[in-house]
Amino acid sequence: MAYSDKVIDHYNHPRNVGSMDKSNAEVGTGLVGAPECGDVMKLQIKVNPQTNVIEDAKFKTFGCGSAIASSSLATEWVKGKTIDEALAIRNTDIVKELALPPVKIHCSVLAEDAIRAAIGDWKKKQDTLKPVAMEAK
Amino acid sequence: MSTEVKVLQQTTTASGVKLPIYMDNHATTPVDPRVLAEMLPYFGEYFGNAASRNHPFGWAAEEAVEKSRERIAKLIGATAKEIIFTSGATESNNLAIKGVAEMYREKGNHIITAATEHKAVLDTCKRLEKYGYRVTYMPLQKDGLVDLDDLKRAMDDKTILVTIMAANNEIGVLQPVAEIGKLCRERGILFHSDAVQAVGKVPMDVNQMSIDLMSMTAHKIYGPKGVGALYVRRKNPRVQLAPLIDGGGHERGMRSGTLNVPGIVGLGKACELCMQEMPKESCHIAGLRNRLKDKLFAGLDEIYINGSMEHRLPGNLNISFAYVEGESLLMGINDVAVSSGSACTSATLEPSYVLKALGAGDDLAHSSIRFGIGRFNTEAEVDYVANKLIETVLRLRELSPLYEMAKEGIDLKSVKWQAEAH
Repeated sequence: MAYSDKVIDHYNHPRNVGSMDKSNAEVGTGLVGAPECGDVMKLQIKVNPQTNVIEDAKFKTFGCGSAIASSSLATEWVKGKTIDEALAIRNTDIVKELALPPVKIHCSVLAEDAIRAAIGDWKKKQDTLKPVAMEAK
Repeated sequence: MSTEVKVLQQTTTASGVKLPIYMDNHATTPVDPRVLAEMLPYFGEYFGNAASRNHPFGWAAEEAVEKSRERIAKLIGATAKEIIFTSGATESNNLAIKGVAEMYREKGNHIITAATEHKAVLDTCKRLEKYGYRVTYMPLQKDGLVDLDDLKRAMDDKTILVTIMAANNEIGVLQPVAEIGKLCRERGILFHSDAVQAVGKVPMDVNQMSIDLMSMTAHKIYGPKGVGALYVRRKNPRVQLAPLIDGGGHERGMRSGTLNVPGIVGLGKACELCMQEMPKESCHIAGLRNRLKDKLFAGLDEIYINGSMEHRLPGNLNISFAYVEGESLLMGINDVAVSSGSACTSATLEPSYVLKALGAGDDLAHSSIRFGIGRFNTEAEVDYVANKLIETVLRLRELSPLYEMAKEGIDLKSVKWQAEAH
């Protein structure tokens, strides 16, 4: 299968590879996919609690070239966005940007899931950090 | 308009290795120049129809076909009359299985095969199930070998055919065909073997192995595509087949259709070369394969060989590189032609059913690479492939969340994965 130049570029030069401290209150972690299905994505965001802006993003992906490219692109896109803006990213945007063929659409779906999972994790942390929640604990 | 088709952009490395490197010799092999040279006159001067009995054009073609039959028979310990020409191994497998099923229907309706057979065998058996045949698909042992006790238990008085391959196309595992043949012979059951990957690579003898039907093809042994053969035993027992293709009654009525004379000449020459060169060649190829294996094991941890190493084709290596997905690995070694059992590289988007049958787990099937070393590979190529692969695996592991988790001591099997259904 021939890949688009953009997929090859992300594969050869993945952006924002790495990991952040999962226990940090400002970090949200999303882990989606399964090894048996051939793709697992871990996407992490670091959010400024005052502005709700995603200041940093990191990823690691087990999967095909399109999966690596989709998650690499996702980290590029969420950086600098607010939580609400990041939630507006759709897998179809990723498909378009990377010119993914139909058989690779699930890679983009997984990347969108990863963004949502990371934001979900961050939100959950914010809820438990609220004073009321702390007392309840 | 130029008629030249050029798909390969060739380059040469500093150490003199020509890229891309072809190391996918289980898929197909290049035609040996000596084979091609012998074929060419049969496209030109000797273009006759081998069935034309009354003029020299036909005689020349027939002579060439009969010479090929002899050469093929010699390689497998058969007689020339027992060789039926076909369009390739898929047809040979279809003819053997469907031909026996139809011909021996009154004797029984049970066929035994194994889970790791080629689709040309499995799908043929599946079709027969629709027509009322019973098929046993035997599971394999972890090393890819058939359990002979399982086979014995599967046989009953309605069993007419056992079809088990000689060597597997993905993991190169060699089945104990002689033992299987003996069990079949004792019980009066016919034994067919798809020997496409084995013929010409390891010694195959239809009498020593009690094989009654055997499929082979030219393009896996440095011959042309589109031509194959089926060995059909003529005595002890005499095997009869209902034809798939009706027509002029060629090939003893078992396969009608004008013979592909240049292709047949190529198959014959390819067999002759294998016969002459097998002892030396298999040593050389196994040496290259072991060099590749040793280099990979020296450079990487957590890599696993799929299938028995002891009972294996000399040129085959099938390895799973844990925590790295096969297609992304292929992308990193894009100047090397190999195959992967990853779902992403298959038309069906399913991981290799052969590796699954070994119980390797889908995750390791996704991480597998099949190397097929052949006649024209060199030591320098093996070194290039090993280095490039090690480099790529290390890079992709740095990118892999699974590798990171495993290094943190997390048992990946205990993780609750949030997989979407696909």
